[in-house]
Amino acid sequence: MTREPFDILLVEDNLADAELAREGLQDGRLLHTLHHVTDGMQALEFLRKQGPFAKVPTPDLILLDLNLPKKDGREVLAEVKTDPELKRIPVVVLTSSESETDIVRSYDLHANCYMCKPVDMARFIETIRKIDELWLTVVVPPPRRR
Amino acid sequence: MSDDYSFDILLVEDNPADADLTREGLQDGRLLHTLHHVTDGVQAMQFLRREGAFTSAPTPDLILLDLNLPKKDGREVLATIKGDAELKRIPVVILTSSEAESDIVRSYDLHANCYMCKPVDLSRFLDTVRKIEEFWLTVVRLPPRSTK
Repeated sequence: MTREPFDILLVEDNLADAELAREGLQDGRLLHTLHHVTDGMQALEFLRKQGPFAKVPTPDLILLDLNLPKKDGREVLAEVKTDPELKRIPVVVLTSSESETDIVRSYDLHANCYMCKPVDMARFIETIRKIDELWLTVVVPPPRRR
Repeated sequence: MSDDYSFDILLVEDNPADADLTREGLQDGRLLHTLHHVTDGVQAMQFLRREGAFTSAPTPDLILLDLNLPKKDGREVLATIKGDAELKRIPVVILTSSEAESDIVRSYDLHANCYMCKPVDLSRFLDTVRKIEEFWLTVVRLPPRSTK
C-alpha cells in the first residue's frame, strides 16, 4: 500500500537530541515530515491546531519527551490520551528518564510504548531507526482523519 | 535486566496454524521467553486474573491478541484489559487478519499499544513476529514486573 508521507510530531526541548532524532529518521526508508515543537504547551497547540498551528496535519505518530518546559510531557500524555479526538494517535515516550515511576505511569496513561534515549549518539540514532522500522513500516497506524 | 530474564508472552489466538507460526517466529528470536497460549477470550481473561486453571499464571510482559475469537471477542478482551487498573499497563499488540478501518480505529481508541495485520505469506508472518519480539522485548522499556 503506498502511503502518503508520514507526519511525525517530535516534542523535544533538547536541540541536540532533536537533531539526532531528525537524522535517525532521515536514514529510514520512509517519506516523512518531521514537525518539531520544544515544549508541552506548543505540543497541545499543535495537536489542537491552535494559534500558529491552525493548518498543521494530525500526526501519525508522536515522539514525546517527558521533561519539558511550560507543560510537562507527563501532562501532555495524559491530555492526549483522554481526548476523544487525539487518543488514538500512537505516542512513543522517548525520554532520558529510567525511573520506574515514570515507566509505570506512562503505560498507565496509555503511552503506546516507552523508550529510553541512549546516551551514546550512535545508539540513539539506532533507537530512532528501530522506532521508524516498526512504527512506520510494520505497524498499521490509525487511518488519517480528513 | 539480568541475563537469565525470561519474558512471559500471552498469545490469544484460536487458529492453531497461526499459533504455530507465532511460536516458531518467537523461537527464532534470541530471547528467552515462555509462550503462554490460550484459544479464546474467556480463557484470556481467566489467565490474566489467575482464575480457574490459571491460578499460578504469571503476569505477562506482552500480550499478542487476535480480534476474532470464540467465547469472548478480542475487542471485548482489549476493552476489559485496558479498563482494568491492574492490567492496563501490559502492552497489547493486536495481531489480526482484519484490515477493517473500524477495527483499527476502535483498537487504538481502546488503547491497544499497536495494531498489526497478520501477513498471509508464511515467511512474512514469521518476519512480523520476529519484528514484534525484537521491538517489544529488546528496544522498548516494558513496565516492571510487579512482584506477586
